[in-house]
Order: sequence, then C-alpha cells, then structure tokens
Amino acid sequence: MTPDAPLAAEAARRRRLRSSTSLTRSSALGLGVALTWFSILVLIPLALVVIQSTEGGWSTFRDTLTSPQTASALRLTVMQALYVTAVNVVMGTLIAWVLVRDSFPGKRLLEVVIDIPFALPTIVAGLVLLSLYGPQSPLGINVANTGRSVFLALLFVTLPFVVRTVQPVLMELDRDVEEAAASLGASRFTTLRRIILPALAPAITAGAALSFARGISEYGSLVLLSGNLPNQTEVASVRILTYIENGNEAAAASVAVILLVVALLAISLLQVLSSVVARRG
Amino acid sequence: MGIEIRGINKNFGDFVALQDIDLSIPSGQLTALLGPSGGGKSTLLRIVAGLETADSGTVEIEGEDKTHLPAQKRNVGFVFQHYAAFKHMTVAKNIAFGLEIRKKPKDEVKARVTELLKLVHLEQFSHRLPSQLSGGQRQRMALARALAIEPSVLLLDEPFGALDAKVRKELRDWLRRLHDEVHVTTVFVTHDQEEALEVADSLVVINEGRIEQIGTPDDLYDRPASDFVLSFLGPVTRLGDHLIRPHDIDITRYEHAATASGPITRWTRVGFEVRLEVTPTDVPHDEPVQVVVTRAEATALQLHEGALVWLRPRVGAEHVSR
Repeated sequence: MTPDAPLAAEAARRRRLRSSTSLTRSSALGLGVALTWFSILVLIPLALVVIQSTEGGWSTFRDTLTSPQTASALRLTVMQALYVTAVNVVMGTLIAWVLVRDSFPGKRLLEVVIDIPFALPTIVAGLVLLSLYGPQSPLGINVANTGRSVFLALLFVTLPFVVRTVQPVLMELDRDVEEAAASLGASRFTTLRRIILPALAPAITAGAALSFARGISEYGSLVLLSGNLPNQTEVASVRILTYIENGNEAAAASVAVILLVVALLAISLLQVLSSVVARRG
Repeated sequence: MGIEIRGINKNFGDFVALQDIDLSIPSGQLTALLGPSGGGKSTLLRIVAGLETADSGTVEIEGEDKTHLPAQKRNVGFVFQHYAAFKHMTVAKNIAFGLEIRKKPKDEVKARVTELLKLVHLEQFSHRLPSQLSGGQRQRMALARALAIEPSVLLLDEPFGALDAKVRKELRDWLRRLHDEVHVTTVFVTHDQEEALEVADSLVVINEGRIEQIGTPDDLYDRPASDFVLSFLGPVTRLGDHLIRPHDIDITRYEHAATASGPITRWTRVGFEVRLEVTPTDVPHDEPVQVVVTRAEATALQLHEGALVWLRPRVGAEHVSR
C-alpha cells in the first residue's frame, strides 16, 4: 500500500458523506428562496388558471374550443407566431452576424435601435404601426383589418429576441475555429453549416422560443391595427379578454390553458431540434 | 523544394509587419521561426498558410506557386495556439473533419482516424468532447486533425504557448519524436528560445519584420550574427567592451589577466546554479556584471557576498564586440 492510499480512501469517504447530505446550508437557502419566488410568481398562478379552466366541467372546455370563433382565433395566433418565428430565425441570425462581424458607420446606432421594439410599450408600437400601415398610411400600404396586420405586428415586437440571444454567442466564437476549418479544406458554406450553425443552434433555439412565446401572447401591438374581426383577425389574447368581459371566466381559462400547452410543446420541440443540429455537426 | 518565400512584404496600416522576407525552408525538416512577440513570425506563418495575404511577394510550396490560392486549397496543416477545437464534435469527429470534406469513403476515414488517434496517444478518448480533454490532449488532437489531410507542410503557431511549463516540455519532446516518425516539412513559431533550440533542425530568428539570422541551433548559439541574436538566445551581460554569456566568465579570487574586478554585490541561488552580480571598481562600468557559476564552483572558491573577485572571458567563449 502506498502512503497515499489511506489519504485517498479518506477523501473518497468524505465525498460520499457530502453527496448523501447533498446540500450545504447556503445552497439549501438559495434553492429555497428561488423555489418560493418561482412558485409565488409562476407556478401558483398557472395552477390556478388550470383549475379555473376545469371549473365549468369538461363540457365548457370542449365547447369553448370547438366554438368556431375561438378555434379560428387560436389557429390564427399559432400560425402567425410560427411564421414570424421562422422569419426571425433567419433574419435575426443575419442581423446578429452583421452586428458582430461587420463594421460600418452607424453600427452603434443600429445596436440601440434593435432594442426599440422590445423597449417600447406595446400599445405605442400598435399606434406606430397603425399610423404607418393603417388607412392613412403615408407609404400607401394599408394592411389594417387583415391577417397580414397580425403578422406585421408580431414581426415588429419579436425582432430583438433572436438577435439578442445569438449576438453574444457569435461574439464568443473563435475566429481560429473557422480558420482551422478553412485550412482543412472546408468552403465558407461548409464551415457555416458544420461549424458555425451547430455552435449557434442553442442560442437560435432560445431566441426562437422567446419569439414564439411572445408571438402567441401578443395583445397591445396588434389590437389597433388588426381590427379584431371575429374569424378573420381576432387573436387568442383578444378572445380571452372577450370571454372575461362576458363573465365567462372558465372559457377564458380554457383558452389560456391551450396557449400554455402550445407554448410548452413549442419550447420542447425546439430543444430537441437544437440538440439534433448541434450533434449532427 | 520545401517552402520558398520570396520578397514578402506585409503592412497593417502604418505598421510594417514583414519587410522583404526571403526564406527557403528545406523539405522534411523541423524549422522554428523564433523571435519576440509582435516581430512578424506569426504573420509569416499565416501568409504561408493562406490565412493572411501578403502585400507583395510569392510563396511556393513543394515547387508549386501558391501565392494566390486560398487557404482551403493549399493543403496545409495548421495548428493554433488555442487549439481551435470544434467544440461540438467528438475527438474522432474532429480528426475526421478534413477527410469527410474530401468525401473519402467511410471505412477509409475510419481507418485513418484510428491510425492518427494511436499516433497522438488519444485512442481511449475518441468519443470524448474537446471540453473533456486537458490542454495538452487538445493540442495533440488538433495536431492529428491537421495531419489527417496529409498536408504538404505542417505549420504550428505557438503550439505550446497556452500550456503550463511541464506539459510544454513533454509535448516538445513528443513533437520531436513525432516528426522523426512522420517527416512532414514542419514550421513552428515560438518566442521561447529554449523550445526552439531543443526541438528544431534549423532556426530562423525574426525581429521587427526582418530575418536576423538563419542557421542550426549550434550556429546561432555559438556564432550569433548580431547582438540581438546573442541576447535573444540566452542571457547576456557586458564585460569590458564585450557582450558575453554570464556562464562564460571566469571568476577568480586573485589577479590574473583580469578584464575587471570588484566585490560581489548580489547573490541569488537558483537550484544548482548561483547567479552573481559583480560591480567592477577598477574600470568604469555602466552596470554590474552578471556571472553564473555552479554551486560546486562557488563553494570551491569560497565565494560570498562582498568578496573581491577578478573576472575575464573564459577561453573559447563566444562574444560579440562592440
């Protein structure tokens, strides 16, 4: 037996001891505070919504969802949010690329401007959109009261998400790695596909998830421009408000639960997609 | 043959990175580009690889003019200081990358990767991600990745610069042995003279965008062409009118054809050697003379701080006159 052996055994024993108690006091306190905070703000309200949606019984739930007006609002919301997210994935990554890799006059200004849709109160965004693309449009483009108005409003408010998640990751990306790929014979396109995109995939996914979640929940920016026409331009959030105004809280909660499920599904799907891209390399 | 570099100039704005570089690097040798940071050696290496373009001049590799070819088409293996690992790929995938791009058949790729993993001693790590490797292992992976494409030349840019002293030394010995096995024309950049002297067949000393001297380690160490080369390849001190290495000074306790004499004013012991400073009192001297003796010599001569000693250049010592 070497002289170190008893020491190593002692260390291993201590490790086992540590893992059985598993948490130190300070980390237990931290975890407790975090969980309490999370519960008060998120878990309890969400649970309440789910409970409320079942209050009217299964039939209210089913009736709400099968009502043509609600179904069409849900379809419009989810589809437009999907389109917008797809556009954001491409354009957001492109804008992030330009902001990180190129230098041009006005770059600092653009950096600030990117955040405006996010920082602006959404109703102000709605006003801006209405005056620009509404009936009195100075550009001669009038999309008010059409499905395209929803698309446009969502595009406007979700613009920063992918840009802001991809940008820091792209900044951290070593230029050597691309040079290494080039010296091994990889073309620009191959380097992009096999080296850069897999590295960016988690960030793009995170941005896409945020963008989609914001898309299905958007209210303020589209409510003015879309006109809220039933079966045409009415979105889910407007539908919820209508149910509440009519005193049908169980139906409102039912729509909310559906939106919740859709958001969760989308986020998990994107996670899977991102890990597939990252692994394929 | 090998690498022929002719009339290379490169400026970054006002900064002259390389000036009229002519250099021919023979095939199959291990050559070190040695010089202080910012001297232009990395830029020269990147120009050879095609990662940087020269303002003027030509680069030939194995007799072919590659001046205007992009990096992708030069068939050059390049190893970076900070590994440049593909972080989302396993070690095996990293090594296979260059071969997969060339659309080699799958079994051929697999065989080659196995062979290379063995060469760099990473067989049991083939399924790990680069983040699960130590710095030394990552650099060996990067080397295998560069060798996989059977490059006509292998270029290493400060390959051991980010590693700690012990790993550095191991990898250095290992690179020397690897080169004896693989025999690919290899050029590596370093600012560490010990590394260059130990590993390379020939050295190119570059300073301020110019080549100071080219030669074997012995040539450069024993017959430096300039003060700069002498002082860059090891410590130097001034004794009388000469620059000389501190261990090439004879130290005695009695007057004997001495160049200078004075008391020992500083005494530092580092391991087996003793570093002394002698402040000459008989001839005017700008700064104290540095002398290095072994501990045995110091004991035999009964040296101690404050003792009066006489100094002269050792017989056969190299020095550069002023």
